[in-house]
Amino acid sequence: MTFPWLTTLIALPALGAVLTALVPAGRGTLAKQVALAFSLITLIVGGLITSHYLFDLDLGVEAERYEWIPEIGASWALDVNGISLALIALTVVSTPIIALAMWREAEAEKRDPKPFFALLLAVEALTLVAFASRDVLLFYLVFEAMLIPLYFLIGMYGGPQRRYAAVKFLLYNLAGGLLMLAAVIGLYVQSIDAGSATFFLPDLVALDIDVTTQRWLFLGFMIAFAIKAPLWPFHTWLPDAVAEATPSNAALLTGVADKVGTFGMIALALPLFPDASREFAPVIVTLAVISIIYGALLAIGQTDMKRLIGYTSISHFGFIVLGVFALTGEAAAGATLYMINHGLSTIALFVVVGFMIARRGSRQVGDYGGVQKPAPKLAGVFLFAALSGLALPPLSTFVSEFLVISGTFLRYREAAIVATLGIVLAALYMLWLYQRTMTGPVRPEVEKTPDLRRREIAIATPLVGLILLIGFFPKPLVDVIDEAVAPTLVEVDADRPEPLAPVAEVDGDDDNEGTDQ
Amino acid sequence: MSPTPFLVLSAILFTIGGAGVLLRRNALVAFMSVELMLNAANLAFVTFARMHGNLHGQIVAFFVMVVAAAEVVVGLAIIVTIFRTRRSASVDDASLLKL
Amino acid sequence: MSTYSALTAAVTTQAEEHGQAVAEATGVFSWTWLLIAIPLLGAAILLLGGRRTNSVGHLIGTAASSLSFVVGVVLFFAMLGEGATERAFTVPLWEWFNAGGYEVQVSLLLDQLSMAFVLLITGVGSLIHVYSIGYMEHDENRRRFFGYLNLFVAAMLLLVLAADYLILFIGWEGVGLASYLLIGFWQHKPSAAVAAKKAFIVNRVGDMGMILAISSMLAVFGSSAFDVVFASADGASTGWLTAIGLFLLLGACGKSAQFPLQSWLLDAMEGPTPVSALIHAATMVTAGVYLIVRSAAIYDLAPDARTAVVIVGTITLLMGAIIGCAKDDIKKALAGSTMSQIGYMMLAAGLGPAGYAFAIFHLITHGFFKANMFLGAGSVMHGMNDEVDMRKYGGLRVAMPVTFATFAMGYLAIIGIPPFAGYFSKDRIIEAALAENWVIGACAILGAGITAFYMTRVMLMTFFGSRRWKQSQPPHESPPVMTIPLIVLAVLSVVGGAGLLYVSAGIVEWLAPVTGEEHHDLPIPLAAIIAITLATVLAGIAIAWGMYGRKPIREDVPAGNPLTVAARRDLYGDAFNEAVLMRPGQYLTRSLVYVENRGVDGAVVGTATAIGGLSSRLRRWQTGFVRSYALTMLAGAGFVVVAMLLVRLP
Repeated sequence: MTFPWLTTLIALPALGAVLTALVPAGRGTLAKQVALAFSLITLIVGGLITSHYLFDLDLGVEAERYEWIPEIGASWALDVNGISLALIALTVVSTPIIALAMWREAEAEKRDPKPFFALLLAVEALTLVAFASRDVLLFYLVFEAMLIPLYFLIGMYGGPQRRYAAVKFLLYNLAGGLLMLAAVIGLYVQSIDAGSATFFLPDLVALDIDVTTQRWLFLGFMIAFAIKAPLWPFHTWLPDAVAEATPSNAALLTGVADKVGTFGMIALALPLFPDASREFAPVIVTLAVISIIYGALLAIGQTDMKRLIGYTSISHFGFIVLGVFALTGEAAAGATLYMINHGLSTIALFVVVGFMIARRGSRQVGDYGGVQKPAPKLAGVFLFAALSGLALPPLSTFVSEFLVISGTFLRYREAAIVATLGIVLAALYMLWLYQRTMTGPVRPEVEKTPDLRRREIAIATPLVGLILLIGFFPKPLVDVIDEAVAPTLVEVDADRPEPLAPVAEVDGDDDNEGTDQ
Repeated sequence: MSPTPFLVLSAILFTIGGAGVLLRRNALVAFMSVELMLNAANLAFVTFARMHGNLHGQIVAFFVMVVAAAEVVVGLAIIVTIFRTRRSASVDDASLLKL
Repeated sequence: MSTYSALTAAVTTQAEEHGQAVAEATGVFSWTWLLIAIPLLGAAILLLGGRRTNSVGHLIGTAASSLSFVVGVVLFFAMLGEGATERAFTVPLWEWFNAGGYEVQVSLLLDQLSMAFVLLITGVGSLIHVYSIGYMEHDENRRRFFGYLNLFVAAMLLLVLAADYLILFIGWEGVGLASYLLIGFWQHKPSAAVAAKKAFIVNRVGDMGMILAISSMLAVFGSSAFDVVFASADGASTGWLTAIGLFLLLGACGKSAQFPLQSWLLDAMEGPTPVSALIHAATMVTAGVYLIVRSAAIYDLAPDARTAVVIVGTITLLMGAIIGCAKDDIKKALAGSTMSQIGYMMLAAGLGPAGYAFAIFHLITHGFFKANMFLGAGSVMHGMNDEVDMRKYGGLRVAMPVTFATFAMGYLAIIGIPPFAGYFSKDRIIEAALAENWVIGACAILGAGITAFYMTRVMLMTFFGSRRWKQSQPPHESPPVMTIPLIVLAVLSVVGGAGLLYVSAGIVEWLAPVTGEEHHDLPIPLAAIIAITLATVLAGIAIAWGMYGRKPIREDVPAGNPLTVAARRDLYGDAFNEAVLMRPGQYLTRSLVYVENRGVDGAVVGTATAIGGLSSRLRRWQTGFVRSYALTMLAGAGFVVVAMLLVRLP
């Protein structure tokens, strides 16, 4: 029996969460150190697993399946493919960064930091289970269980309206989860009808469900994911939640936890219900395009920085959903890559906004102005994050956004053209935000703004580095994603749009017989 | 032996008990009426047990008696406490259990 | 434009005749990536190095740019050593990604066209780096400035060297970013910050076109690599080729400040003057022309798209010239002129193989003389405490003899006096335009006349007439570090045209393997065209002299006729954008915020409120009276009994 890599990966943050919670009261720093240490160990294990797939490092990582509730066919089944691998990598990388970013957030509000860090690790563990699970019941359980730590994170720390925001978040997501529960049970019944009761995903994918049933089950899953993702018009919990949560919690929520929604779309909804997916794709593509434009326009109209970033995320989630349901290889690979890149870029944005709020104590755009002069490094990192938010090539976000747009163009031309408007609006909201906060005459209140400290540079550097690295060398990542996406599309039976023109044979490898220019 | 008279008696007792619960304000009386209803049910159980010639109904009757005894203990304690604090045993006075 | 169909037929044979083999680079050519890597490294050192590199920042920046120029020259001579149609080399670097069958290779293409650009960018770029050492001497952020300049050079080189439209787009956005950073370099000025943002956003509108063009290529050809696209172009439907051509044109309009996306260029003059010279005159704004010439294979097969290019170019060349006539800000007058000259290049590029080479030719000479004049304007501003209003200049030829002399060379070149550079390049375009269509040709000649008018106006207001400056110290000539680049550029403005055209085989022959060439029949004799053009130019000069040379220039701004007023306001381009895009946009945003809060979120919160309200109604039933609960229970039990009886009855 080989080493259970995946279970270890999940057990580590879970154990970390428990240990952090057990640290005696009043030893806040120790709790933080324990949490950071565990998140770093998880990062190492996650990194090893990632390199096993990315760089063919043979560690013997393989699928795991242990019995859980054999009576109903539920099992602790874990496996990774390119899609989940990418998201696992995002999660393990983001957690230590977020842990560092929230280092002093609790103290600012005179609250105990211990639960803060314990909950963070709990979220990490649950998210990792969601990405790695190959059992629908297990996925459903963590999908719902994740709400609990997130509810406390939003509700315990943050702005004055945090309780309202937390309850709204919880109720909205629970409502979606309820529909999903019904669909999970429906799916289970289908498996019983087919002969063997199971929740094991590959077995369920192999089921042949009739179209009418597929439609209902698909809707059950899809609405839950659309709320989580969030897709217009199910999005209104997000701006409230991110505006009231602390910046690092907002980063955790939109950057990592919400990816479970889009992950579910591509990893569960598509392969489980191929016919219904094809049928509903035009509707969802429309909603996604509305999300893109609507989120961007609302971002332009915001005066609260965190709310603004929340709306940009709605716009970006629109791109991800668009890519998933365009049902072309380019778009689906782009969408998956987008999940990572959006994670990195949103975390960067929230983290930098967090730096600013820590200095000035306000999240209103109007309270800043000319910060660039006293704090040029802060402004530089902010600009970098903004540029990655508006998908400037060759930053990582560009590759994914372009793949989504061009992949969508192959099938839904109008949708792609409208979605392209989103890039203009993205430039508008990002640069306008930068202009209003960082440039212009220095406001007296920000004159003494200190520049980035060492801890803050340690937070920003890996984000900047990863965004550049994935931007310049996306190939290994895209390759594993592409490998995982291709079978999904085959499952959905989506025909690949072929080039319209007869493509001329181009050679030029070793002979000098080139082509006409 | 026909079970009908026993069942009729059981029904009459149950009706008396029900009317007592609905109409009487005194908590003790209402409580006794509840006991009456329980015992009416017991009578019906025993009758049916006899009719079918097995012990199932008898067992249930025993259960009901145990529950009734427990209920009396708790219920009387509550009534006494209410009487001590409010100097009244009327059930209509104890209407605080609402929002 | 009925001649197009005949033209297209001619072109298809051209493409075969002038096709040239593209070989994988070996030897010195495999070092092409150094061209980009050196300035990129320079930018990285300067931007990440922090204050430690403050003292040597400008030297590192200039060295990086110059080194890149040296590499460019070496490559150029190496290329000269190859056969005339064996001068195209690809340098594959690494595979960018391969998703769903769409494969993009990061690779460079060095051929005659990109070589010309490499020399222009690194050559003029290095001169401007040198100039900036003096110009930015007293700026506390000089290191950052050089970092951005190096970043620009690297991105621009990537733009012209890319061998795939998507890689080209990286450079395309990179220069946009550098332009954004440099326009907004003096960030503390709100006007600069706004201008920078505006430039970026207008460019983004153009980028929509680029992204859609590349997406269309993916849909049609399954690839965006030059070789695949160009080789398969004749298999695609004309509709798609036209669409791709129009999308590319939209991109080109954004980057090259062509109608209708011209509005950002005049505001971009908020940036430091060397930036205006390098980015907003000599190189970046000409990227649109490069794009169209590079996409010759597509435009050759899409005559409608070419017509659109010609129309856009013609409108812009007149628009820019008219705007240039009314501006009192010397940099804005020059910016209007840049728009107009790029309009000429666009016009030429839209003429197809007959004009591609001339577009590039004019682009290069324009790079020389316009950079020269912008730097000259910068020199004037340097001596005048950053004053830009020409009404406050006057008689500077005595105070700044070198600046005056070099500026005058640029002036003679741009208005097209033989044998200065602009004469050769602009007249070729006018000839080609006339051969194509006499209306377009007439517009081009008219444009030349207006050019002569506004440039004479700039000359007269700045260097001649009475001294209208009031500063205590008289204006001084700039230090040699600034004047030497001016002199070099002035010499190029003089000899550049004839040199490029006649030395060795000349630029047209040089570019022919890439762009194809085509000779046209002129409707009227060549001498007549030259005479008409020169007469128009002289008329322009005469009118300008009559208005600004003979009588003293007023220091206050005269009311002017409606056309002048319109030109001062950029022909209402901004007013149009404001009325049609900005205000409705703001209204839309505001109303959407309202809809979001009241409508979408209102529905969510409303559901919650409705449930809350319902429960508070239902709560009334909970009276607290035990006996009423008992009654309810009885009723419920009764209901159950009745229900059971009813069900069992049948």
